[in-house]
Amino acid sequence: MRISREDVLRVAELAYLDLSEAEIETYRKQLDDILEYAGKLNELDTSSVEPMAQVLTDDQNADATLREDLVVPCAVAEDVLAQAPDPEPPYFRVPKVIER
Amino acid sequence: MATNWTIEGVREALAGKKVSARELAGEFYKRIETRNSELNAYLTLSQERAYTQADRVDAMVAAGRPLPPLAGVPIAIKDVISTRGIRTTCGSKILEKYVPPYDATAVERLEKAGAVILGKTNCDEFAMGSSNENSAYGPVRNPEATDHVPGGSSGGSAAAVAAGLAVAALGTDTGGSIRQPGAFCGIPAMMGSYGRVSRYGLIAFASSLDRIGPFARNVKDIASVLQIISGRDPQDSTSTTAPVPNYGAEITKPVKGLRVGIPTEYFGAGMDEGVRKKMEAGIALFKKLGCELRDIHMPHTDYAIATYYIIATAEASSNLARYDGVRYGLRVDGDSLISMYRKTRGAGFGAEVKRRIMLGTYVLSAGYYDAYYLKGQKVRALIAQDFRDAFMKVDAIVTPTSPVPAFRLGERTADPLQMYLADIYTVTGSLAGVPGISVPCGKVCGKLPVGLQIFGPAFGETRVLQLAHAFEQAGGASL
Repeated sequence: MRISREDVLRVAELAYLDLSEAEIETYRKQLDDILEYAGKLNELDTSSVEPMAQVLTDDQNADATLREDLVVPCAVAEDVLAQAPDPEPPYFRVPKVIER
Repeated sequence: MATNWTIEGVREALAGKKVSARELAGEFYKRIETRNSELNAYLTLSQERAYTQADRVDAMVAAGRPLPPLAGVPIAIKDVISTRGIRTTCGSKILEKYVPPYDATAVERLEKAGAVILGKTNCDEFAMGSSNENSAYGPVRNPEATDHVPGGSSGGSAAAVAAGLAVAALGTDTGGSIRQPGAFCGIPAMMGSYGRVSRYGLIAFASSLDRIGPFARNVKDIASVLQIISGRDPQDSTSTTAPVPNYGAEITKPVKGLRVGIPTEYFGAGMDEGVRKKMEAGIALFKKLGCELRDIHMPHTDYAIATYYIIATAEASSNLARYDGVRYGLRVDGDSLISMYRKTRGAGFGAEVKRRIMLGTYVLSAGYYDAYYLKGQKVRALIAQDFRDAFMKVDAIVTPTSPVPAFRLGERTADPLQMYLADIYTVTGSLAGVPGISVPCGKVCGKLPVGLQIFGPAFGETRVLQLAHAFEQAGGASL
């Protein structure tokens, strides 16, 4: 067993996910199965392999250069705030963060 | 009125004034009304926007102006692609009431080309799934066999086109989510190279893998839609400036003499025997078309599923951090900010999404990053190298799209790992960034379609389309 109940709780904490008791055990078992399967990657010696962090290469005309920093009109605040669960234009309102 | 409309059919009917764009849209909405309660392919219809666009097209016809390439063509959009003013749920409760304030570039380009957006199609939640059973709005049924899944995650788009509820559709493919449902529903479905189609407005799942691509009734229509949505978009820095060839003109070129690679690793254990027979017939058809068949090896194929589920979930856990109840979507109140986050996400996400966020968070967490995520990125490099090596020897690679035909609803939901393993033939091309298409290759059990997959080298879409078109014209679908 690679994954313990404590591991699940720790990860749920990191991911900001409330899980039910039933979910905790289900995910423990399933993550355990999946990670055990993923362990097969250790059959490969990758000590001299560069990790592939992105797909496009320069010869594929990837345009990784930064654009000009131009000021353009962007009057979207109203549209954006219209989707917020608790807007107080021009702000998003959230539960109190700072105590006292 | 014709039942199986194609883009060309729409064009001729409109130009010959046999039908108006408004009548055509109305006809499709009538069909949707008849079939959608059974299939559940559409989640939201956009009549107002569709009819406004149809009227625009009809005015062009009346004025005798030249019609843009997709004039009046009824198209469906997967519900992970943003549409201004039209609800976009991602198949999730967390975005149940979300209405994007802007259009995805692909949608904008389709509409500019005259297409009529009928509505938004059902999908696995945040495009995570291979059966469409992970949608918060219920599964989609396969129009070819309604007690079977349509595949996923773009199950609604595939079912809509297969059932004649749209002429074409956009889906998204991260590990097979266009190609596999295309195979299961018996229609062509394509993912272009990574970087070919702008993803601006695509709600992200795994950014190094996500791609937008078309479903249609034939390969020519696939080419027509891909033509419109391809090309550089300043809003997406991963869209490339590589020139977009004229796909429609290129696809009819002869395929005689093209070298088609058959990778041994894609024909091993675990493949349904019916699928295997259809694949053998499909490969024989390429030979008949004059292609030169070559056995090749892609030695890291067997590691692709593990690599994919590490990388995709890691990226997902990061991308989905944005759903926190602050700026959009569901909020479940809590007595602190953190408790609000946790309750919102716990209540808003479905089981598969939570599972992937958990897995992705784990593989990125301190102490496990090197063992899983970094290892995954290294093996990804080896898989991409397999493709580059293969394309030194062959022009295209032919494989099955899925080891099995469409399975029954509920048959595979109990064991997520088993569901993941069925993505074996599609995730490889996703990791490598190459283009791939699934084309119909006969049916098994008299009703369940089989898909044949063709991979080309990066930005080799023309080659892929050419072979797919030749295969289709030679009767591949009825093998």
